[in-house]
This record gives sequence, structure tokens and C-alpha cells, in this order.
Amino acid sequence: MTFLHHDVPLSWYLLLSAVLFSLGVVGFLIKRNLITVFLSIELMLNAVNLSFVTFAYQWQAVKGQIFVFFVMMVAAAEAAVGLAIIIAVFRARATLSVDRIDLMKL
Amino acid sequence: MNAEQMTTVLLHHGFIIFASLWLIPLLPFVGFLVNGVFGARLPKWLVTAVGLLAPLGSFVVVLIDAYAAWSGVTLPVAEELALNHRAIDWISVGSLHIDFTLVLDQLSLVMLLVVTGVGFLIHIYSVGYMHGDPGYARYFSYLNLFLFFMTTLVLAGNVLVMFVGWEGVGLASYLLIGFWFQKKTAADAGKKAFVVNRIGDFGFLIGIFLLLANFGTLTFSEISAKLTASPAAIDAGVLTAICLCLLFGATGKSAQLPLYIWLPDAMEGPTPVSALIHAATMVTAGVYMIARTHVLFDHAPKALALVGIVGAATALFAATIALVQNDIKRVLAYSTISQLGYMFLACGVAAYSAGIFHLVTHAFFKALLFLAAGSIIHAMGGEQDLRKMGGLRKRLPVTFWTMTIAVFTIAGCPLLAAFFSKDAILYAAFLHGASGRILWFIGLMTALLTSFYMFRLWYLAFLGELRSEQHPHHATPLSMLVPLVILALLSIGGGWIGIERISAYLSPSTGALPTSAESNPHLELNLSLLAVAFAVVGWFFADWLYRRRPARATQLASAVPAAYQLLANKYYVDEFYGAMFVKPLLATSKYVLGWVIDVAILGGIAWLLAGVASLAGMILQRWQSGNLRSYAAWLALGAAAVLLFVLLHGTGFTFATALRH
Repeated sequence: MTFLHHDVPLSWYLLLSAVLFSLGVVGFLIKRNLITVFLSIELMLNAVNLSFVTFAYQWQAVKGQIFVFFVMMVAAAEAAVGLAIIIAVFRARATLSVDRIDLMKL
Repeated sequence: MNAEQMTTVLLHHGFIIFASLWLIPLLPFVGFLVNGVFGARLPKWLVTAVGLLAPLGSFVVVLIDAYAAWSGVTLPVAEELALNHRAIDWISVGSLHIDFTLVLDQLSLVMLLVVTGVGFLIHIYSVGYMHGDPGYARYFSYLNLFLFFMTTLVLAGNVLVMFVGWEGVGLASYLLIGFWFQKKTAADAGKKAFVVNRIGDFGFLIGIFLLLANFGTLTFSEISAKLTASPAAIDAGVLTAICLCLLFGATGKSAQLPLYIWLPDAMEGPTPVSALIHAATMVTAGVYMIARTHVLFDHAPKALALVGIVGAATALFAATIALVQNDIKRVLAYSTISQLGYMFLACGVAAYSAGIFHLVTHAFFKALLFLAAGSIIHAMGGEQDLRKMGGLRKRLPVTFWTMTIAVFTIAGCPLLAAFFSKDAILYAAFLHGASGRILWFIGLMTALLTSFYMFRLWYLAFLGELRSEQHPHHATPLSMLVPLVILALLSIGGGWIGIERISAYLSPSTGALPTSAESNPHLELNLSLLAVAFAVVGWFFADWLYRRRPARATQLASAVPAAYQLLANKYYVDEFYGAMFVKPLLATSKYVLGWVIDVAILGGIAWLLAGVASLAGMILQRWQSGNLRSYAAWLALGAAAVLLFVLLHGTGFTFATALRH
């Protein structure tokens, strides 16, 4: 089983995960389009997935891999519900800018 | 096996007494519950049956006890009959153990006979007196509640159980004084009685604490045993303090100076209540308490002397007020206060059994006086003013004759009940040294006044012509007449037991009568004759003023207007207390406690806290911008802060360790 080359150090995977996560955070914070924000969340989730499988491989523990399946499952459900909400919001307000969707303020 | 042996066997098994002692208070309590909870929905005959069967049951149980005690088995003090070992463990905290003990001894047996016996008669009377009242069931439930607490008070084996009964009868008294609570005067009188009694109870409570602190027990028999075994073990000053506290409590419940003011107002309650609670039983609780704790008082001579002084002063004081009152029930109320003073006087000269003797006869004749007065009021359609009565002799013959017996009894007519008991008190006072002579003389003067005001009442109510348009129209029902006749018979014969027999019987509980070198039958007879002479003088005055020339009474009153006004206004004591205590207290409550403490300090703190909270809210609400991205930024910032904290103060918990386990 050599789908992971041993000459690639562990830290590289973690670094990639951190970079992807940070991209997700930054995208979430600076983007106004609701769909882009949603994509950023997916990015963060997958960054976390990457660290999970990395550690799972490193410690030869299957728990980490199972976590990843859970995360993917939740992400799929979230995508379905989230996209439905986005469509509903667009129909109601004719915009997808998060700055203009501010009904939470009294 | 004959009946006597059987009784003895049962007694030694402790069966009869055990079962019955708890039954005595329990039966009225059941009556209270049934009538109190279901009374409004039950038919009237059932309410009556429950209300009457409860006290009757208690009375029968007491009679069984009395028979058991009398036949063959002499009543031992406390231990055998007390069944202390059967008592319920009540309070057990640290080293403090208090049982819920009921004790039957000579003193409580005599008292119980009076309470349940007279109580039952007054229950019967109430059936007629209250027949049309919408609160009929409520009335009987209260009356049964009173009997429950009163029997608990009497049977109490320690001070705390007595205090429970003591407070309970206060509650029942309050409920019954304010029975017609729609009437403001009645509601106010109830409140007054309750508050004044609480003042006395405060003293009683302090006395209980002092007893507990110094004796380590509240059981009467243990306190007596401890004090008798080593009289010097307790500091004399402490003993005096305890007795003064107990005396203060007694003055509240028994309406003595300075706390007597609630009793005249208590006459707002239904008349049978006045007869039962505010004449025959509850108000004698103070005397009973002093007799019960007499060992303490015997070792505190200064406090005991004060008991006598309070009693004598109250007796004279109340009798003078009674001279000019026009409300028939008020006359009787002041008379009650005065007679209670006699009982205190007896206790004050250590003649406790004489005090109890007078308590018993007083229960008979005073209950009779009140019930007869109630019969008059009932017939007159609620009229209580003596000036509007008169000539009732022919219209209410049974009431007239029974009332006549009661009047002659209380006045001290020879061979009637009060003659024996009052003379026993006066004789004991006379033998009690120089200070006793003063008390004796005050008692003698009071006897004169008593005779005067009772015959005044008698003349005004029964003789002459009716002085109002209000004609007596109610026929007096049989249920009211029967108790009158029975009480009249008791008022005649109740004293024939004699002081020697009753004090010999009571001596295990209350100690023997004090002996004196001067005592001899001749002296006793002469003193009795002197007392009768004084009573006759009182009668003569009443006769002269109210029968021969009725106009003289008003002439006399207007001849000395200042004195008359002073008496008619009851020495302005209510006004004095009002200005001295009530007004300052109300002002303190309203301004100091109400405005300064409540509004300014407590309210200020509350407003300050509310201000801080709303100010914080005003500042923090800026955070809630509604902008999704700002929330996300705070979230990320928070997560970063937590991460930073974990990195800097690493707890050693990492994903690595989490995965490893």
C-alpha cells in the first residue's frame, strides 16, 4: 500500500491543510456573494478532512478516516439544505449579497 | 375478674391511657377538618353532629381517664401515666432532643374536665345561638380547632408542646373574634388580640430559650426534678429572669396588666366564643402555665411576688372599669380580667391549688354569665346596651333565674361556688405575711366592687321596665337553655369540693398549700364573714343606685364628672398605648422602615443594579450589527484566541493524544 510517498513529509500535508483552511476563512470573511461564502465553508471542511486523513495515516488509526466520512456526509446534507435556502433567499430578496441580508438586526 | 381489677390490668398495660390521651386532642381536630373542608357542602344536621360529637368524644375520653385514675389507681406524677416513653420523637438536633409528649396528671386532668366539659356545653349552646348564621360550619370548625389546641396545651409534657397549643389557641381566638369579619370593628378586634398576644408570646419564647440554655431540657418533670435536687445549680438571677419572661407571656394570654387591652375588644366575637375562649378556658392558660411551672416560681420569690402584685392590681383596676360600662358583654369582660387577677393573686402567694380552684369555679359561673348574656342578646335581636334593657325578668324566666344564680355566685354569696374559691384565695393571701395582707385587702375591695357591678348589671337588665322599643321577640331554644341550667347547677355546687380536698388532690402537681402558724378555722370563718359583708355593701350600693332611685346613678356620675369620665374611658389606657407605642411604631414603620430602608436603601440598590444592567446592554448592543460577516469575523477571532491560549498554556491535550487513545 504505497499511495502516499514516504519521502513527502507529514508537515507538508498539514501545511497544505492550514493554507486551504485559511483561504476558506478569508474567503468567508471578505466575499459578499452568498454562494462564494458557501464555497469557502466547503473549503474549510475539506481542509479539516485533509488533516484528519493525514493524522489517521500517521498514527495508523482508522478513527480519523471515519471522521472524514462523517464530515463528508454532513457537508453533502448541508449543501442540499444550504443551496435550497440560498435559492429561497434569492427569490425573496432578489440579491445574494450577505451585507444586504441583515434581518437579524432589530 | 371484677371491673376494678380489669381497669388496673389495662392501666398497667398502658393501653387505655395511651390510646385515649392522643384521642383527646385528635377528635376535635378531626371535627375541625371535616367541618372546615366539607362543611359548606354538608347538610346542617351533619355539621351539627360532627361539631358536637368531637368535643363530646373528648369529654367522654377524659371521663374514662378520670374514672381510671380515680378507681383504685392513684394518679402518680408524670411517669406512669405520662407515658413519656410513648412520646413521639419530635425535634432531634445535635444534643437537643424534644419529644412530643402528652402528660396526664392531677392538674391536667382537672383542667381537661373543665375544658372539654364546659366546652361541650358551649358547643350545644352554639347550635341554638348560631342557627341562622351563614358561617355555621365555619364556626364549628373553628370551635373544634380551638378545643384541639387547648387540649394540646393542657396535656403538654414539655414547654414547647405547650407553646404549640398556646399559639394555636391564639390563632383560634383570632379567627373567632374576627368571625364576623365583614364588620370592621370585629376584624380590628381580632387583629388587636393577635398582636397583643404576640407581644406576650415574645416574652414566653425568651423564657423557653432561657430554660433550654440553663436546664438543657424543656420537660416539666425534668426541670422540676433538676431544680428540687440542686436548687443552687441555677443562678437565682437567671431563674428570676425566666419567671419574669413566663409571667409576661402569661399576662398576654390571661389578659393581665399591662397586656389586658385585647380582651374587652374580643367581645366582638360571637357570645358563646366569649364564654368559652375569653372567659372559661383560653384566658386561664396563663394561670395554668404558672401552676405548671410553679417549681420555678417557688425558687424565684421576687418573680412570684410580682405575680401577686400584677394579679391584685389587675383585679382592682379591671373591677373599677367594670363599674360604669354600659355594654353587657364589656362588663363581663372586665369582670373576667378582674377574676383572672384573683387567680394570679393566688399564684403569687404560692397557693396554686387555690388559683386552680377559682379557675374551675370561674369557668362555671363566668361561662354561665356569658351564656345568659348571650341569651338576652339573642332575644333582644343583637342589643347589648344595658341602658336599653330592663324588665327582662318576666320575659326570659330561665335566663333570669340562671343569671341570678351566677350573679350571686360571683358576688360571693355563701355556699355558692365562688364563695369557697375566692375565700380560699383571700385566706391564703392573708396568711402570706405583711405583703400578703395588702394583697388580701385589695382582693377584699375588689370583692366589694365585683358585687356592685354584677348587681348593677342584674338590676339594669332584669328589673324595672323595658327601656327600648326593641321588644324581646326570639324564643330561646332548648339547646341554649339546657347548658344554662347545667352550668347554673355547677355554679351552685362546684365549690362544695372544698379547698382542702382539691389542694390535697392537686398537691403532687402544684405542691401543697403554704402552711402558716396563724392559720386556724376561726380566722378563716371570720375572714369569710368579712368578705360577705363587703359583698353585701356592694349589693346595697347597687340596690340604692339602680333600684330604689335610678336617677341617682346619673346624678352621681355628673357629680364627679372627671372620675366618671376616667372610668368610662377605661383610664385612657388604649389612648395611652396608642400614643406611646402604636403611633411611634407606625411612624417608624412608615418613615424609617418604609421610606428610608425600603424605598431609599433597598429600592436604591435595586435601581442601581437595573441601571448598570441596562447601561451594559446599551453598550453591548452595538455588537449585534446584523452583518453576517462581522459575526463570522468575531467567531474566527474567538477561535483564534482559544487556539492561542491552548498553544501558550498547553494542557498537553493534542489531537495526537486524542487519536492515540
